[in-house]
Amino acid sequence: MKTELGFRHFSLSIVWVWLIVFALLPFCLVVAASFLSHSDQQLIQPTVTLENFRTLINPFYFRIVEKSFLVAGISTLLCLLLGYPFAYLIARMKSKWKNTLVLLVVIPFWTSSLIRSYALIAIIKAKGVLNSLLLAAGIIQHPLPILFTNYAVVIGLTYNLLPFMILPIMTNIERLDDRLIDAARDLGANWLTTFTRIVIPLTMPGIMAGSILVFLPAMTIFYITDILGGARSILLGNLIQNQFLIAQNWPLGSALSTGLTVVLVSLIFIYRWVSRGNSRRDWL
Amino acid sequence: MKKLYLSLIYLFFYTPLAILIVYSFNNTQYSLIWHGFSTHWYHVLFADHDLWIAAWHSFVLGVLAATLATSFGLLAAVNLYRYQFFGRQLLNGLIFILILTPEIVTGAALLILFTFLNFHLGFFTLLIAHITFCIPFVIVTVYSRLVSFDKNIFEAAKDLGATDGLIFVRIIVPLLWPALFAGWLLSFTLSLDDVIISYFVSGPEFTILPLQIYSMVRAGVKPEINALCTVLFSLTLLFVVLSQLALKKKT
Repeated sequence: MKTELGFRHFSLSIVWVWLIVFALLPFCLVVAASFLSHSDQQLIQPTVTLENFRTLINPFYFRIVEKSFLVAGISTLLCLLLGYPFAYLIARMKSKWKNTLVLLVVIPFWTSSLIRSYALIAIIKAKGVLNSLLLAAGIIQHPLPILFTNYAVVIGLTYNLLPFMILPIMTNIERLDDRLIDAARDLGANWLTTFTRIVIPLTMPGIMAGSILVFLPAMTIFYITDILGGARSILLGNLIQNQFLIAQNWPLGSALSTGLTVVLVSLIFIYRWVSRGNSRRDWL
Repeated sequence: MKKLYLSLIYLFFYTPLAILIVYSFNNTQYSLIWHGFSTHWYHVLFADHDLWIAAWHSFVLGVLAATLATSFGLLAAVNLYRYQFFGRQLLNGLIFILILTPEIVTGAALLILFTFLNFHLGFFTLLIAHITFCIPFVIVTVYSRLVSFDKNIFEAAKDLGATDGLIFVRIIVPLLWPALFAGWLLSFTLSLDDVIISYFVSGPEFTILPLQIYSMVRAGVKPEINALCTVLFSLTLLFVVLSQLALKKKT
């Protein structure tokens, strides 16, 4: 029979050993590698340098970083604009179909995003469905070159990540107290005022959570850029992947990874700090 | 107006998938024009030996990773819930970081680790990676269920002479079944769908389905991929509907 402390020590040590060796140690190695130098013979040379971080601010790399933030930002904004009204309508719906409608949002969420990105190709390629429809309707004279541009990447990211925006906002709106909206109406607020002064501030946590859930992956899903953006479209994710697996410059790749993580984690801390008033203690 | 907007968003979600499914039955190689119904691409698909191997690898990997991640996640969540221990805050922080770190950074970090430890890239490195990225999701799922428990149950069991191990086996695990199932399912799906981390830590002799699909997709549009995506999408659909029904029955 196990002693009183036996179970506790056993289970704790398994968890600790695993997470320290396979989670903490690798992250430390990335940070360490970002300060080391690179040569063609060795993946990593044990000489300490700040060279990698200096490379990050050279115009070539900086432009990629800038473009990644822009593309991820635009996709997040698009998801918010498309997703918020949708989440609002579904959440406040009183229909027996509501559960089915929610399920229809969850299904794409569970489908492999690789498959869904691939599915977009048939729509936006030069001789694809979209161009055929627009040509047939006489709206355009020549096929729009969308595939293999940054527009395609934005479309792909929005398409893939939209459920991540909708679901947190929907949960948030469902918790919204209807009486607050009625009260605002009774006190003479019009639709717009009620929405901007009551609904939006109360659903801010959902908006922030959704934006984080969209923005973080949008920065780094390299396969969407790869499939839809083509060779010309290189974002941060592709750059990191390239440094590790093709160019074999691990220190530079590590510096990019470290920089990215620092920026993203600080964004999250800002979010937690801003929303600390109404935060419960949980993970997002 | 409201209905129109909702329909448009659903159209946005489902049109690409619908078109993919329709074209998987098209009797031609390249054209968008309909050449008649055919199951040719499904025959091609089912004859693709490499793909079957990759699918089998993914399935085995998914089951093992989900089971081990659920076990570790369960232990971690129970410890976080029941005990005050040295480094509790650190563990909390580590889980938080693990969830929020971009997948690509986790992938790169594990690649450096495996190279540093001189591990051969293949099945075991994939398994370790998948377990690691699934653990936090299990912890979150299980922990949120644990908080809803009445702490008096444990006190009662203790008063009646149960050890911690016994409480774990006879009380906590049976009460947690739904959360464990949910965590397992989530891990299994995450493992099956993961491209980014697997891309970093896999070797040439152990291919898994998402990476195989990725390399096929990069090679260009082929009707065979349409058929494959149709099969996978149908499986997902079946899976989601079944799990929804199972959940409905329980509540």
